[in-house]
Amino acid sequence: MASVDLQNEQSGIEFVEQSVQKWGRSPSALIPILQDIQQQYRYLPEQLLTHAATALELPPASVYGVATFYAQFSLDPKGKYLIKVCDGTACHVRKSMPVYEAIRKRVRLVDGKSTTEDMQYTVETVSCLGACGLAPVVTINDKVYGQMTPDAITAIIDMLEQQEGEV
Amino acid sequence: MNTMIIDGRRISFEQEANVLQVIRGAGIDLPTFCYHSELSVYGACRMCIVDVAGRGIQAACHTPAEDGLEIKTNTAKLRRIRKMALELLLANHDRDCTTCDRSGSCKLQDLAQRFGVRDIRFGQRDVKAPIDASSAALVRDPNKCILCGDCVRICREVQGIGVLDFSHRGSKMTVSPAFNKELHDVECVNCGQCAAVCPTGALTVKNEIARAWQAIHDESITVVVQIAPAVRVSLGESFGLESGKSVMGQLSTALKQMGVDKVFDTSFAADLTVMEESSEFLQRFQSGTDLPQFTSCCPAWVKFVEQYHPDILGNLSSCRSPQQMFGSLAKRYYAQELGIPAEKLFVMSIMPCTAKKFEAGREEFQTEGRPDVDVVITTQELGRMIEETGIDFAHLEPTSLDMPFGFATGAGVIFGVTGGVSEAVLRFAHETVTGQELEHVVFQEVRGYEGVKKASFDMAGTTVRIAVVHGLAHAAELLKAVKAGKEAFDFIEVMACPGGCVGGAGQPISAQMTASNQNRGSGLYKEDQLLQMHKAQQNPMVNSFYQKWIEEPGSEAAHLSLHTRYGSRKRIQGEAYELSQQPEASVDVQVCVGTSCYLKGSVELLKNLKYQVGKDEIDEQVKLRAAFCCQQCAEGPMVLVDDTVMNRVGADRLPEVMHEIKDKIAKQRQMLRR
Amino acid sequence: MIQSPAELQNLRDRYAKGMAQQKAGILVCAGTGCVASGSLEVHAALEHALKEQGLHTSVQLLLEEESTGGVTAVKSGCHGFCEMGPLVRIDPEGVLYTKVKPVDAADIVAALDNGEPVERLLYRHPATQQVFVKESDIPFYKHQTRVALANCGHIDPNDIGAYIAKDGYQGAANALSMPPQDVVDNVLEANLRGRGGGGFPAGRKWSIAASVDADQKYIICNGDEGDPGAFMDRSVMEGDPHRIIEGMLIAGYAIGASQGYIYVRAEYPLAVERLRQALSDAEAWGLLGDNILGTGFSFALHVKEGAGAFVCGEESALIASIEGERGMPRPKPPFPAVAGLWNKPTIINNVETLANVPDILRRGVDWFKNSGTPSSPGTKTFALTGEVANTGLIEVPMGLTVRDVVYTIGGGIRKQMAFKAVQIGGPSGGCLTEEHLDLPLDYDSLQQVGAMIGSGGLVVMNEETCIVEVARFFMEFTQNESCGKCVLCREGTRRMKEILQRIVDGQGAESDLGLLEEVGESVQAGSLCGLGKTAPNPVLTTLQYFEEEYLAHVRDKRCPAGVCPGLKTFAIAAEDCVGCSKCARVCPVDAISGKVKEPFVIDREACIKCGACVDACKFGAVVEVA
Repeated sequence: MASVDLQNEQSGIEFVEQSVQKWGRSPSALIPILQDIQQQYRYLPEQLLTHAATALELPPASVYGVATFYAQFSLDPKGKYLIKVCDGTACHVRKSMPVYEAIRKRVRLVDGKSTTEDMQYTVETVSCLGACGLAPVVTINDKVYGQMTPDAITAIIDMLEQQEGEV
Repeated sequence: MNTMIIDGRRISFEQEANVLQVIRGAGIDLPTFCYHSELSVYGACRMCIVDVAGRGIQAACHTPAEDGLEIKTNTAKLRRIRKMALELLLANHDRDCTTCDRSGSCKLQDLAQRFGVRDIRFGQRDVKAPIDASSAALVRDPNKCILCGDCVRICREVQGIGVLDFSHRGSKMTVSPAFNKELHDVECVNCGQCAAVCPTGALTVKNEIARAWQAIHDESITVVVQIAPAVRVSLGESFGLESGKSVMGQLSTALKQMGVDKVFDTSFAADLTVMEESSEFLQRFQSGTDLPQFTSCCPAWVKFVEQYHPDILGNLSSCRSPQQMFGSLAKRYYAQELGIPAEKLFVMSIMPCTAKKFEAGREEFQTEGRPDVDVVITTQELGRMIEETGIDFAHLEPTSLDMPFGFATGAGVIFGVTGGVSEAVLRFAHETVTGQELEHVVFQEVRGYEGVKKASFDMAGTTVRIAVVHGLAHAAELLKAVKAGKEAFDFIEVMACPGGCVGGAGQPISAQMTASNQNRGSGLYKEDQLLQMHKAQQNPMVNSFYQKWIEEPGSEAAHLSLHTRYGSRKRIQGEAYELSQQPEASVDVQVCVGTSCYLKGSVELLKNLKYQVGKDEIDEQVKLRAAFCCQQCAEGPMVLVDDTVMNRVGADRLPEVMHEIKDKIAKQRQMLRR
Repeated sequence: MIQSPAELQNLRDRYAKGMAQQKAGILVCAGTGCVASGSLEVHAALEHALKEQGLHTSVQLLLEEESTGGVTAVKSGCHGFCEMGPLVRIDPEGVLYTKVKPVDAADIVAALDNGEPVERLLYRHPATQQVFVKESDIPFYKHQTRVALANCGHIDPNDIGAYIAKDGYQGAANALSMPPQDVVDNVLEANLRGRGGGGFPAGRKWSIAASVDADQKYIICNGDEGDPGAFMDRSVMEGDPHRIIEGMLIAGYAIGASQGYIYVRAEYPLAVERLRQALSDAEAWGLLGDNILGTGFSFALHVKEGAGAFVCGEESALIASIEGERGMPRPKPPFPAVAGLWNKPTIINNVETLANVPDILRRGVDWFKNSGTPSSPGTKTFALTGEVANTGLIEVPMGLTVRDVVYTIGGGIRKQMAFKAVQIGGPSGGCLTEEHLDLPLDYDSLQQVGAMIGSGGLVVMNEETCIVEVARFFMEFTQNESCGKCVLCREGTRRMKEILQRIVDGQGAESDLGLLEEVGESVQAGSLCGLGKTAPNPVLTTLQYFEEEYLAHVRDKRCPAGVCPGLKTFAIAAEDCVGCSKCARVCPVDAISGKVKEPFVIDREACIKCGACVDACKFGAVVEVA
């Protein structure tokens, strides 16, 4: 792993402190702070959670409890491409599961794992993104793709990988 | 007069907080798992549901008692729902009752029987979570947890700590310490109250019966037992006797029958503690230093201070607890009196307390590399050992304890109840300060079960202000007020368990916790009354002990064997946070960001250090980490450069730190060249 | 800074006149759905085309005195006709273009001048082939009465001026001019029932909170629309954020709250953005903050984001979430109106409920009660999804029948299939079947048949949908979202899901049906919160109305809809079969018979579904069937 630019790059500890400054030092600031960390690091590292507990004077067990309760938070690092397949009612009725299976097959995810070994892809289902008119819906890093089919989503992933290769 | 109609009967009520209490007061034992009068209402177990006319089915625990309510407690539908709830709980429970520690006193087992659950139609528990036996005091078995949350709430609300909390969601929900670490690795102070309120075998007291028997069976070892004050008024409960009734005599007989060599009384050592602690207090009081003095006989309280209030470590009494004083004198002096080597003397203490198991294992409490107290057996465990032998405890003839350590005054006996230590100290202090014999030995002001008691005492013109707290949340609150200057005391007694040691987690499990504790407390005061002497300074055995071995309270010998010192303790074990990944780094720099150092500005220091390391272009050689507590709390902020400790590193000392780092880098280079 | 109601009215007039002076207004739908179909590119293309043609354009609505007679091309909120997106409407005529692509931009702009709409982009009815020019004539829109959604698609949600031009904040001005109790009475009399699902009269909730004495009170807008298949609240938050602000302002004044929170679920980032922008604009214009409109009333609003928990749509769980805790519901009593957020009196209203409030205070109680039914007055939004021709967002008067919604407005079932059922109210709701097609959609009528309007999500199902699988799907959803606090929901839904999984896997027994009912009854009656209490609804209603289908699964081990993988059946396609007999030879139970060189046949009763014949056949003649 490349060395971090200590002079200019902010450490996770500093990031948490900044977030605490922004949202305040009370328990009700916990969720927005965790959201900031999740967005910045794409997951919640244990040490940063411990630090948040220190900063907000909360028991670490409670911070852990909040971090594991909400679906938005992950305690494991996510892949570069976060693929979410909507499995809300409308999408489900319009066959979202075959799309989900097709994605897993395409990125070679097995054994119930949700992130590929090379940390390129994380594939999850979500319950309803609110774009039901376009069912079935898939998002890749928050970009919305509507009316998906197994073939269509495979083609999109192909294109992504092609773009990766070009970089 | 308020009334409500329960199952057709008109019931009157006054101040009851909720309908559940009114119903129970009316003679109907509505079942609950998650309700505790001392804790906040949780409302999750759904066992106490009732049918409220006009409102439907509601849980009684959070339905306010209102005049005119019409309630049914036992309709067909309610029975079906309760039974279904039990069936569902059992489906996800480790149903191996026969080998469970709580079989016979388990609420789930009880209620399943009570409601006639005979068929579980949903299969077995699918997840097998590992059992956490890392703690010296407790065992955690998540496979038996019914997620009632009692442990979560008692640790958070009564002890003010919050070691355990819910994690994950839905059917994956579990109760665990932070990051699902083991109890040993987190802030648990071992008070065991979580186990005391746990309705099942999910949290139990660590069972060390096997070790105790092993020692007893070993003919070459002399087994010496000390019995804590609180044990004598509660052990009887395990044998159908009423709580508060002293069974000390029978206990002595039973132990001898089991094969124990000597039976002694921790209250003797408590008298010793009174001597040491009161002398220590009077000295501080006269010189006005290190006040207020806090008691230190509660190991949960001591760990609490080490973790959360390192700034008052100097205020704790340096005295060991009675248990440890006894162990120390047994190994150091009594072995000599018996003419046997110390390693052939086995000290077993019978305690109401789970934290004592942790205390006995502390490094400071060893003589020549061996623990002063070899095993701690709780009241519960002793009850089982006696059961194992088949002895008919209730009908045993009493015998007296052995000498010299079987002799105690009332002062030592009342240690087991909240306010007891203070009263014992007062009985000594009063005489010493006034120079007059104390006739009225009862200090009513420090007795009682309120969470905080405050009182002032006049001793020949000098006023001594005393506070007595039980429950660590109360202690923390009081501490905050004292630190802020809002309150002032000279002497503060802190006990972690409700009611003092009588409410310890090692005590027999009682259906009516609060009532039992109070009965046991009263029992101790009664024992005090019945004894010949009430003041520690009167104990002839204590006095001759001083003469023979220690000279006087506070002497050098006393300090060596009866006193101790404390240190900061980190709250949670975990990896430090790496600010940069430097595989080639030659120097490891850690900046502490634990609470104490954090509050002293260590994050700012970290940021500046990081910047400077980058600017001076030595980042390839430096592995910079943020650590969560390096146990130098009173001397923070702390920086560790390889193994060099730098304390009180304010922002102005950054150049010094950089110098130290560069120095180390240079030394490394030199080493490599050779 | 608007400092009085008079100033507000004046401003409205000037904006309205400015709007009238426009040559045209182009509104491109920028709801999440249309954006995914490329509406942002359409908007960019239109802007470019307008510039090319030398037409004055502006980003925002202009005041009368600033207006240049030009064209505004804005991105609006959701138009609702999602199946036909990207949508573009031309005002003032109200022409609607469907499935617009960027290349169509030039033609659209040209049409502004020559008055001839671009025919190929107009809506054509799939059955009658009739072409509609005006949006208001299209059956999908014609039968709607848009109140909460009135501005969605008609204004740029980022433009506060546009909101004011459409009588925005007039309701608030009215409310602030009367005593707070009168505002409460108005809403009480209007009988505005909570649109989030419960249908509890909002006025009654407000009364309770208003009557409690406290140093601080709170208004919370519940934007945690978690029902899969529901996106009404999202559309209002994205398309008309000021309406919510106005509603909360009125509610705050009525109960005496000086602070409010809009709780938006994490999955709606666009809504969060729009709301934050709207809040900032409202503050800048003096419609939030201190001394609003010079009345002395001060009110501040904050946006709080959810973090991915359906259960946080439950009032007390939502409160826990704002307080920074796990979103686990709290026992009631005490009710939030008495002791809610940080133990203070708190009113939580759904987005749509609040969206109705401004109009009640502006147009009056009588106007509101003029639509809908006496016990359920007003209108309701529905998200029409599933196997219906016109999926999208609609708003109709309460009391319209299921048939009206599904057939007249929804255009009937897709692909000419048969109607099977309509799931209403999401995972807390129930199934309505063919016998309910003429049931009026209002709170009480639905409750009587064991269903509920819920949030208004309507998922239409055809004969290709397996109702047991739908029940299992909902149970899985609820199980995932159960907070875990109370035994009955946590363990009850887990076991119900297990049983349903067994059934769709072909391992179910007849006794399972009774067990499902038994567990369901306890979970319904004894759970701590609404999520648990309503979780068994989909299962229990489908058991009631589709018992035969369940029995087919457990007794006959057959899935009539041909969906459940564990219950598939195999057959030999006669036209592909050459009669080689290979399949018959590999069949372990001798279920295949036939004469050589003639098509073979599989005995379904004997078949154990092992699939060996499928593998053996080189001609692909063995297929799966319903």
